[in-house]
Amino acid sequence: MTDLTCKLLIIGAGPGGYVCAIRAGQLGIDTIVVDSGKPGGTCLNVGCIPSKAMIHAADEFHKIAHMNDGPLGISAGAPRIDLAQTVAWKDGIVQRLNTGVSALMKKAKARFVTGQARFFDGKTVEVTHGDEVQQIRAEYVVIATGSAPVELPFLPFGGPILSSTEALDMTEVPETLAVVGGGYIGLELGTVFAKLGSKVTVVEAEDRILSLYDKALTKPVAQRLEDLGVTVMTGTKAQGYSDGALQTDQGEVASEKVLVTVGRRPRTAGIGIEELALTQDGPFVKIDSFCQTSMRGIYAIGDVTGEPMLAHRAMAQGEMVAEHIAGHAVEWDKRAIPAVCFTDPEVVTCGALPGEIDDTKSSEFPFKANGRAMTTERDDGFVRVVYREEDHAVVGLQAVGAGISELSASFSLAIEMGACLEDIAATIHAHPTQSEGLQEACLKALGHALHI
Amino acid sequence: MGVFAIRLPDVGEGIAEAELVEWHVKVGDVVREDDVLAAVMTDKAAVEVPSSVDGTVLALGGEIGDMISIGAVLIRIEVDGEGNESGDVEAPAAATVEEKPAVLEAVAEPTPKPATKPVAATEAVAPVKRAAGTKPLAAPSVRARAREEGVDLRQVPGSGAAGRISHADLDNWIASGGIQQGGVTRGQNTGVEEVRVIGMRRKIAEKMAISKRQIPHITIVEEVEMSALEDLRAVLNAKHKGERAKLTLLPFLMRAIVEAVREQPELNARYDDEAGVILCHGGVHVGIATQTPNGLNVPVVKHAEAGSLWDNAETVARLAQEARDGTIKRDELSGGTITITSLGPLGAIATTPIINHPEVAIVGVNKMQIRPVWDGQQFQPRKMMNISCSFDHRVIDGWDAAVFVQKLKTLLETPAMLFVEG
Repeated sequence: MTDLTCKLLIIGAGPGGYVCAIRAGQLGIDTIVVDSGKPGGTCLNVGCIPSKAMIHAADEFHKIAHMNDGPLGISAGAPRIDLAQTVAWKDGIVQRLNTGVSALMKKAKARFVTGQARFFDGKTVEVTHGDEVQQIRAEYVVIATGSAPVELPFLPFGGPILSSTEALDMTEVPETLAVVGGGYIGLELGTVFAKLGSKVTVVEAEDRILSLYDKALTKPVAQRLEDLGVTVMTGTKAQGYSDGALQTDQGEVASEKVLVTVGRRPRTAGIGIEELALTQDGPFVKIDSFCQTSMRGIYAIGDVTGEPMLAHRAMAQGEMVAEHIAGHAVEWDKRAIPAVCFTDPEVVTCGALPGEIDDTKSSEFPFKANGRAMTTERDDGFVRVVYREEDHAVVGLQAVGAGISELSASFSLAIEMGACLEDIAATIHAHPTQSEGLQEACLKALGHALHI
Repeated sequence: MGVFAIRLPDVGEGIAEAELVEWHVKVGDVVREDDVLAAVMTDKAAVEVPSSVDGTVLALGGEIGDMISIGAVLIRIEVDGEGNESGDVEAPAAATVEEKPAVLEAVAEPTPKPATKPVAATEAVAPVKRAAGTKPLAAPSVRARAREEGVDLRQVPGSGAAGRISHADLDNWIASGGIQQGGVTRGQNTGVEEVRVIGMRRKIAEKMAISKRQIPHITIVEEVEMSALEDLRAVLNAKHKGERAKLTLLPFLMRAIVEAVREQPELNARYDDEAGVILCHGGVHVGIATQTPNGLNVPVVKHAEAGSLWDNAETVARLAQEARDGTIKRDELSGGTITITSLGPLGAIATTPIINHPEVAIVGVNKMQIRPVWDGQQFQPRKMMNISCSFDHRVIDGWDAAVFVQKLKTLLETPAMLFVEG
């Protein structure tokens, strides 16, 4: 294979890598992207996108299954699901997006090389594809290798022990499913199978689920899990699996399958990062405010650089890095990175939680007082604003509620623009929508909520 | 139409690659035969590469700073008639290379803009103090503009609620010069400009590193009474005013070196340390360290022993000019056997000159000044000058070095000896 040279080489075609490539292409930078898999990375292939597809399918199934119990006066027959067909539909969406990402990179004139990349030196990467090895020399290299699910030594992946990747490809609904790890990935997928009819048990070592968030935010999720018949065992440690049961320090949990979602680790092994001796930040690659690593000309973006491991953070970093290489005056100065849990109900957070910053206060508006929420049969949850007491600057926004993931745009926009309570309170929010809750939360903080 | 590939010619003996330091053309330019396409840097000098055909530039073979192998394709030119290669060959590579110039332009100007523009102050705006760690409240577009203008937003007062900084606030701040009322702010300048060490500067850096790393230097500083020589020089310059080149100190110094190495030929040498051989030259080829706009250059006056004072003076003047203009020929930048370095009036009291590897000695000239000298009865004002000479201590012993320096001193203090046979 002929060796290649380019100005910018990106290792990993996930959301960070491919966005970086597109932006670099737009800026006229000669760019090559290397990935051993299909473009789109974890997010598109085995993460955000496929999980949202499965969540949607499970929601639809569950709605019909419980239609007869509902207040709407609609009766329906018992639904059945051909999960293999659902998975095929999901795979179709993934494939469409794969093709889309490829086309976008091509349009930007970025070249895509399939293969496993490994640093040869700081400017040269060896790409192995089958028996063939190709060298690519570049002036700048971006490490965008992402992250992989953490494996527990006593529950190695394989057979009935699944990572999120395998869980998304199951063609049959298991009778029983144990989910080890009550973070957002475990809860999203656990909820899917609960809605599809599995008996789901969540095993969480901490004393509550979604332990990164405060109790008020997670309470509606815990309540919903209970309503769905999911058993949540908090303060419980998984120990192993045998004879169709998960062993824990609180006894056995009968489970046909075990989904292990105890976190993700940065993918730094096997690509020669160790030899480069880049400065680490724990297990992550340490970066500065330009996403530069400790070695000149080498950047890192996305999950490999640390928390929060979110696709949109990687995308923004990728975009910035391309512009930085092109000589633009850019720097990482984002005020907030929104995060969404597609649990039921959904949880959105952006900026500071209550108590995280000194001299701040918070105000909540419950969806129980929101007309739109009532008309969708989902009035659980609330919108909350965290603001500086001194000048009313909004420093954090959170919400929990069905379908409120779309509110995340208002949240991050408000914080990036430097909004104050008065700004949001004085902005007309369309009626009847759940977004009124945001305006009302701000009005309430100012002491004159209208609808509560 | 065909594609003609121009390859990097052999620009110097024994060189495998050269550094690309300048493009004179870009993709799409129409070039004529003999137009200069690019400049490459060899160990010695920048060499311009001309076009051998008429045509339109299709693709450039590298970026500034790249090392290009001799014989590698430097540029592809679309020509009328047949080219010297098939148009399809490596077409993809050519296509991608075409993208580069745009990037280069973008990258080539990272120079930070001045933090503030000196506009007639409309209204002085006082900077605000924000608590350390808190980020100023401003929309992303305001933040981006501040970065481009080099403004530290933490200093800028915001007129909006909660001190939010608007575009108008930023405009005011820039217009007012960003100066604090009632005094000068001494803000920390955290700017860092990235200067790439390429071309000539890289050559100098490599050369200096080799000299200093491989050669254990011994430096001797001696004081020379220049009155007699300066008187002679003044007389000669007055006598031949307008007819001959003006004599500087250099031709005299060269003559002194020629005389001194006659007795110590091991000082007029090139030491091949890998082969373990010292080549003591008969001819005295004196390198003259010369400051040029691109950095230090050392043109060599060949066979200084054969030239008259005026011959050598003219050669030095011509080489120095050519070195500054960048028109000097490669062979005039190599082959020295000993070097003189002089900073003229900036010459300080003493210096520690770095030997021009693989030579073994360098003579540094320090500044001349009138100093009081005790003549046994009283202080006399004398034109005094120090010379600082470094030697390769691997092959030159301290004793021999000292003998050489004393010989130079004697010759310069009694200039008649420079011209007396035996």
